[in-house]
Amino acid sequence: MLDILRDYGLILLIGQYPQGPLGGLAMTLILAAAALLLSFPLAVLVGIARTSPYRWVAWAAAAYANSIRGLPLLLLVFWAYFAVPMLTGGGVSATAMMLVALVVYESAYLGEIVRAGIAALPRGQQEAARTLGLGYGATLRKVILPQALYNMIPSMLNQFVVVVKNTSLAYVIGVDELTNAAYQVNGQLLTRPFEVYALLAITYFIVCFSLSRGVEQVERRITAARRSRPA
Amino acid sequence: MKDLLLANPDYVTLLLHGLGVTARLFAISWVLAMVLASLLMAVRSAARPWAQRWVWLFVEYHRNVPGLVQIFVWYFGVPQLLPKVMQQWVNRHDGEFVLSCIALTLYAAAYMSEDLRSGLRSLPRGQAEAARSLGMNYRQSLLYILLPQALRASLPPLVNQTLALFKATSLAMTVGVADLMHATRQIENETYRTFEIFLVASACYLAISWLIMGAGAYASRRFSAARH
Repeated sequence: MLDILRDYGLILLIGQYPQGPLGGLAMTLILAAAALLLSFPLAVLVGIARTSPYRWVAWAAAAYANSIRGLPLLLLVFWAYFAVPMLTGGGVSATAMMLVALVVYESAYLGEIVRAGIAALPRGQQEAARTLGLGYGATLRKVILPQALYNMIPSMLNQFVVVVKNTSLAYVIGVDELTNAAYQVNGQLLTRPFEVYALLAITYFIVCFSLSRGVEQVERRITAARRSRPA
Repeated sequence: MKDLLLANPDYVTLLLHGLGVTARLFAISWVLAMVLASLLMAVRSAARPWAQRWVWLFVEYHRNVPGLVQIFVWYFGVPQLLPKVMQQWVNRHDGEFVLSCIALTLYAAAYMSEDLRSGLRSLPRGQAEAARSLGMNYRQSLLYILLPQALRASLPPLVNQTLALFKATSLAMTVGVADLMHATRQIENETYRTFEIFLVASACYLAISWLIMGAGAYASRRFSAARH
């Protein structure tokens, strides 16, 4: 297994770069980070809409979230692969299509986290803000969201680990990321699939496990900060 | 109406067959995962420290590696370790289905055992103590007193996990299992009527997912009411 790592480690890490396109683990992490960052504003909108006092807005957001969460990500990836070139008139890379699928998928899950964060705040926060004469928008912007988003940081970081794992589906539409790199290495070696895929699994394990541990640290700090704050 | 994709009986048969394979894959791995998860939970909460550490490693591996990669390890990797005779046997006996089923089972069991464990930990200590003082041994107290309550307490996360497992069955198509997703791709390749067939597939997946969500909501309401 070590000799595979020696011969192909660089391909698993950064793909063909700098001779060719960036790939491997670097691409996996970039894709995951981009997906999370891009889905964040959407998710905040979904979360606000789900807790909206206008019933039809809440209903539409719930329908969106429950539909996306009811579909396998793989199907969304195929949808993106089909629909994105049609809507944009072509010239879109597979990476961008994967990004669209991930953003749509994650906005539904992150949206639920935002909703839970808003719902977890004591009602008094909203009532006090409204009593002080703040409008609905100002209450959200100045009172509700700053607290809710801060409390949600651990859940959102956890979601990053989930997204890293989800990017593996990009292999299906041929994006050069970690799983795809391993698939190609396996194709070159042919006779040692167990070692190649074990190496792939170990790589994901190390990345995701350390990320999860990091998130736990952040979570502990935030819990401590919330406790020490006067209620 | 004749122009509709589903007016062609061949495609309907293909889709229904795919739906059947998806249902079978989901049902088998769900049942096995629940059983395995209960066992893992029992070991994690009481067995010797070295056994607990193995369960911990099992759970962490399956939670930190993508499901797709786990399926690849089982489908492409594990047969290499088997003797030739067994490799041939697996290939003759629907290897991709069996191996993806194993992968999905282990994947779901790891998550479910954690859900069950936090359910178990949410029970008052008096439950275990009362059972033991009534003369039950550990196995009996777990089976008749603790597990049923832990199941009830961890119902919402278990339902989420069930939904995740159902959606994860679609990954088996990447190793050639002829499930619903596979049938969808096949019809797409033959007809190029992507929009229609994707719409049909989405409707199928959504219908079953919503059924699971609805059943979960109903069960949560019913059982949490029975608790008080």
